[in-house]
Amino acid sequence: MPEVVLRKRALIIEEIFHEGGPPAAVPLKRGAALAVIRNPFAGRYVEEIAHFMKDLEPLGIEMARHLLAGLGGDAKAIQGYGKGAIVGAAGELEHGALWHAPGGYAMREVLGGAKAIVPSTKKVGGPGTRLDVPVTHIDASYVRSHFDAMEVGIADAPKADEMLLVLVMTTGARIHNRAGGLKASEIKGEDGLR
Amino acid sequence: MSAKIRKLLTFVEETRLEMGRPVEPPTRRAAAVAVIENPFAGRYVEDLSELTQIGEELGRLLTERAVAALGIPGDRAESYGKAAAVGEEGELEHAAAILHPKLGAPVRQVLGKGAALIPSSKKRGGPGVALDIPLGHKDAAFVRSHFDGMEVRVHDAPRAGEIVVAVAVTDSGRPLPRVGGLTKDQIKGEDGLR
Repeated sequence: MPEVVLRKRALIIEEIFHEGGPPAAVPLKRGAALAVIRNPFAGRYVEEIAHFMKDLEPLGIEMARHLLAGLGGDAKAIQGYGKGAIVGAAGELEHGALWHAPGGYAMREVLGGAKAIVPSTKKVGGPGTRLDVPVTHIDASYVRSHFDAMEVGIADAPKADEMLLVLVMTTGARIHNRAGGLKASEIKGEDGLR
Repeated sequence: MSAKIRKLLTFVEETRLEMGRPVEPPTRRAAAVAVIENPFAGRYVEDLSELTQIGEELGRLLTERAVAALGIPGDRAESYGKAAAVGEEGELEHAAAILHPKLGAPVRQVLGKGAALIPSSKKRGGPGVALDIPLGHKDAAFVRSHFDGMEVRVHDAPRAGEIVVAVAVTDSGRPLPRVGGLTKDQIKGEDGLR
């Protein structure tokens, strides 16, 4: 069983007061927890990779807790989430897909249940590659005010034999949201969509 | 006049492994960043003292936030640096007015000491431009293990009429330093150099 070898972690917190319009009563926070780990499958084709998802679960939980703490520590304050991965150049896109289950499970666990699918993105890239992590409402994917994204990256990662894993959480809607659609106050919260 | 802040961000990086070797304790650095309105965008203004005042205000705010993000008392900080990026309707001199005359004093108040020059960089650029904040030991500029840099960027800033201002603080030098020179236990701390 490959162990998870962590080289580096990073935490990014953004606090948004306005974007040219009236300043919000409560600023929007977006946060990202990033971890740079060794890719145990780099440099060769490995057929059986799915077992690594289990190994990533504790890291996911630690990242989700670290991120929640960075956003103030109150799970009830979190309204949006997303996740992503950048696989170093000696790896495959498929290695990034290993993050889907442990990353999503970790955020649901730490937030005490969230119904919507965690939106995600992934790519292969070199050190400094930027990733636009998609963000949607934690209980209803169609809430239009909460469609958002957070750009993240680390100057020296991922190296060719590494993976950069990301979790993102936000505390609210886009700062001047006014494009209509399903509102957070209208969520039924049954199917994770509406 | 005080800064009109659109966004505040913090970045924390923690390195635990370098070339496969443990970094113990891990090296940690934090940057606090403000996105502010440039009061002089789009016109030539001779007297830049308004920006100098803003620099003083941000020196305290950003240093306090960087130290808080590291979770250490100010006097445990080891190195520091500062940088600014001016949007396209501003002048490089606007960055200089923020960074150089008055920003340093409150930085040093928060950190307890700070005999050394605060290394700095500045540039003009568009949204997402990368700032490489130079880092040097806060009490003795010649401490070779602490010469470093931290890259930060804000994907949507600076807009044309904005300035991005950053202060970086660390509790450590580079991971696995081994190129000799003055070490931190040899610091006299009198002249800011050695």
